[in-house]
Amino acid sequence: MKKHARRAAAATTAVLTLALLATACGGSGGSGDAKTVTLVTHDSFAVSKPVLKDFEKRSGYKVKVLRGGDAGAAVNQAVLNKGNPQGDVFFGVDNTLLSRPLDKGVFAPYKAKGLDKVPQRLQADPDKHRVTPVDTGDVCVNYDRKWFADKKLDPPRTLDDLTKPRYKNLLVTEDAAGSSPGLAFLLASVAEFGEDGWQGYWKKLRANGVEVASSWEQAYNDRFTGSREGKGKGDKPLVVSYASSPPAEVMGVENPPEKAPTGVAKGTCFRQTEYAGLLSGAENTKGGKALLDFLLSKRFQEDLPLQMFVNPVREDARLPKLFSKYGETVDDPATVAPKKIAEHREQWIKTWTSLAVK
Amino acid sequence: MDLARREVAAPDAADAPEVPDVADLVRGPAGPEPDATAVAPRSRVGWVRLALMAVPAAFFAVFFGYPVVAIVGRGLREGGQWQLGRIGQVLSDPDILQVVWFTLWQAAASTALTLALALPGAYVFARFDFPGKRMLRAVVTVPFVLPTVVVGSAFLALAGRGGVLDEWFGVRLDTSVWAILLAHVFFNYAVVVRTVGGLWSQLDPRQEEAARVLGAGRLTAWRRVTLPALAPSVAAAALIVFLFTFTSFGVIQVLGGPRYATLEVEIYRQTATLLDLPTAAVLTLVQFAAVAALLAVHAWSLRKRESALSLVPAEHTARRPAGAGQWVLLCSVLGVILVLTVVPLLVLVQRAFGGPDGYGLTFFRALAAQSDSATFVVAPVEAVGNSLAYAAVATVIALVVGGSAAAALTLPDTRRRPGGGAFGLAQLVRGFDALLMLPLGTSAVTVGFGFLVALDEPPLDLRSTWILVPLAQALVGVPFVIRTMLPVLRAVDVRLREAAAVLGASPLRAWREVDFPLVRRALVVAAGFAFTVSLGEFGATVFIARPDAPTLPVAVARMLGRAGESYYGQAMALSTILMLVCAGVLLALERVRIDRQGEL
Repeated sequence: MKKHARRAAAATTAVLTLALLATACGGSGGSGDAKTVTLVTHDSFAVSKPVLKDFEKRSGYKVKVLRGGDAGAAVNQAVLNKGNPQGDVFFGVDNTLLSRPLDKGVFAPYKAKGLDKVPQRLQADPDKHRVTPVDTGDVCVNYDRKWFADKKLDPPRTLDDLTKPRYKNLLVTEDAAGSSPGLAFLLASVAEFGEDGWQGYWKKLRANGVEVASSWEQAYNDRFTGSREGKGKGDKPLVVSYASSPPAEVMGVENPPEKAPTGVAKGTCFRQTEYAGLLSGAENTKGGKALLDFLLSKRFQEDLPLQMFVNPVREDARLPKLFSKYGETVDDPATVAPKKIAEHREQWIKTWTSLAVK
Repeated sequence: MDLARREVAAPDAADAPEVPDVADLVRGPAGPEPDATAVAPRSRVGWVRLALMAVPAAFFAVFFGYPVVAIVGRGLREGGQWQLGRIGQVLSDPDILQVVWFTLWQAAASTALTLALALPGAYVFARFDFPGKRMLRAVVTVPFVLPTVVVGSAFLALAGRGGVLDEWFGVRLDTSVWAILLAHVFFNYAVVVRTVGGLWSQLDPRQEEAARVLGAGRLTAWRRVTLPALAPSVAAAALIVFLFTFTSFGVIQVLGGPRYATLEVEIYRQTATLLDLPTAAVLTLVQFAAVAALLAVHAWSLRKRESALSLVPAEHTARRPAGAGQWVLLCSVLGVILVLTVVPLLVLVQRAFGGPDGYGLTFFRALAAQSDSATFVVAPVEAVGNSLAYAAVATVIALVVGGSAAAALTLPDTRRRPGGGAFGLAQLVRGFDALLMLPLGTSAVTVGFGFLVALDEPPLDLRSTWILVPLAQALVGVPFVIRTMLPVLRAVDVRLREAAAVLGASPLRAWREVDFPLVRRALVVAAGFAFTVSLGEFGATVFIARPDAPTLPVAVARMLGRAGESYYGQAMALSTILMLVCAGVLLALERVRIDRQGEL
């Protein structure tokens, strides 16, 4: 027993030493050597391998990607590690969360190459350039084309439409407290009806039978009649999802249909813009800047849609065929200033919860 | 000695001196034992114990205590001042109180329901012989080691909209609290079957028969003879189930809708969504207090219920069911298992193979094909490889840490040395034991974010290294290892070693020839459990920024979060692979388990 014990002790020491050694060799706190640049991001980040390889070859940097949970968790991790960041660049903070890291000084200024190709209205920090817009995505009500055709009913087009009796009990949305499209839909109503008017809208929506699911996965995959994974077993022909969901439904299908099986109610959209920024205190500032330039490069921007199902911010980036054929462009999406969101978010969510859930 | 008593699931067996340990069972009622100091000088035993305890203590201090204290401290300290007023503030918020209340009652209800449904199962597994028993025991354990994301979606496939129950009976539970309770049963069924059933299979049926001969009715005999003997293991199973459901996260997230939140879900919301660290810190403390109280009550109730048991090898007690009553019981238990466990798992598999154009390998092929071009999709081979590699490292860490903890806990105190100090020592040992259970009752997001704020300075800047993932997994694996190793280590009869020494064996040889063969199988079983649990660990792993080598559960969660049939199918395909890997390990464990039973 004692021998055994001593052996165990020795082995533990060995393992722990190894762990520390591995750490030391692996380079700590981001990019130990100047040849590696570290991107800190959320779980949904994606890029084509050839596109990334191309950047690595041209710049001479090896890209290391660290993912830290969903968008909210990843942003909060970056905020907690302010000044001593895990990497060099953070990607994936959207306008609903932007104020927090900006106020806390998480990002250092850098004006990325190619910013002149990005519409001015998307630039959240036009003076200091602490964050760079990378992509936009619209959260909109999606409808099941077949369901509405069968019922000979016109799908809704605006937020107001959703409160009409003919759309009673048809809509499922997500929990604004825990789901990013759920919050976006709440913000769409704030943008449309104003800070004092949105509560009344939700009362009407509630009376019209809006249902709240805990997550997008559940709302879209299980409740929505139009998603193919639901196999037609869902019960709600209207769901709060993304403007890019219709093309996603068609992606990878062997005999693609003429039209996507789902459509988008264009008057219900809220625009989310995702930003990236150089982390202040980054070890490899030079590499980080090169990486930011890459995120805004035409190559990466054109790769975005099929990888992350979002739209590029560069005006000269061409959309892939899947998007131009099945996607819909939303001309006038709602949006709310990040500062305003930061000030009111918690109160809005609390009020919303009491109106829509309880 | 049946393996099931050595699982996670059997803290009773761990709480040693009072619990009849295997050595007692083999030797009969414990007589005065040889003083351990006869073998080793007292001081040396002390030192060895210290050295042994140092390893797990250091591990838990650095990778659990420090991070959790750091994140809680960050929440409760502002500008160098402790903001203890926050505690009262948070605890008087009616919304929070409602969360606490819901957490408590759903855990109690889930535990009661699990016991009600699984105790007959435990009896059937213990007392009946039927074909496919071993396989079935592995099958009911699969949900327990699957990550909650997968369990959640498997369960929705059963009880959700358009699920099997909906189609067959028009029963839908996806928005009611029943869905949560039943999912918890689905999850924890195996805990009860293995813990209680393991002991039950070794209870000597002749005792109950004797009571009946003496005139007791069937019920009275059961109540007076069998129930008291089972009580500690039922309490142990209840404790574990309560602990798991009290800290339930994934199930509530998937099935709870926005109406239901446990403390764990609320901590996640406060930390990951709102970054309200003070509130999260208070909630973490509340959860800690509750878990600690639970462990204390358990330890206390154990001491009150000790009784020496007469155990026999399991194969002597199981027989083929006889009579209509027994067949009905067997069939209803099999029915419950079929509906609660087998069907959801099968639906998962069916969705993995059911492509848009009929059944086939479409989604598996898609996984393989897309991974060549994109960083998002992980090739199944790669995800399996990552998972296995991480789990292997986590297993080594868990075995070393848990093994030395178990060894330290078995060193003579323990051997009831007369004289001072022993009582205090026993308390210390028990406290240490409970301490090592704490990670099971701690929010994953707390641990994950704790790692982030605590391990950020050299030489411990581990934030962006791969080792963090197996470390987080090992935290969950260690309690399992200890539960498995303790009873066996305690069972090694000192006299065997002494006999070897008398016969001229060197201490090393004695260890190799006596201890090692006895401990080896337990080691294998412990490794298996640590391995499967690490394989399925999802919580903390998600909240650690990880270098880009996703494990299976993480890859599954990623896929589920995307629109499009293809991704959903691929998520199911990956889940199926994970399930098969878990089931494979569990089946291998069943083999070891069978080998063992003949021995002790």
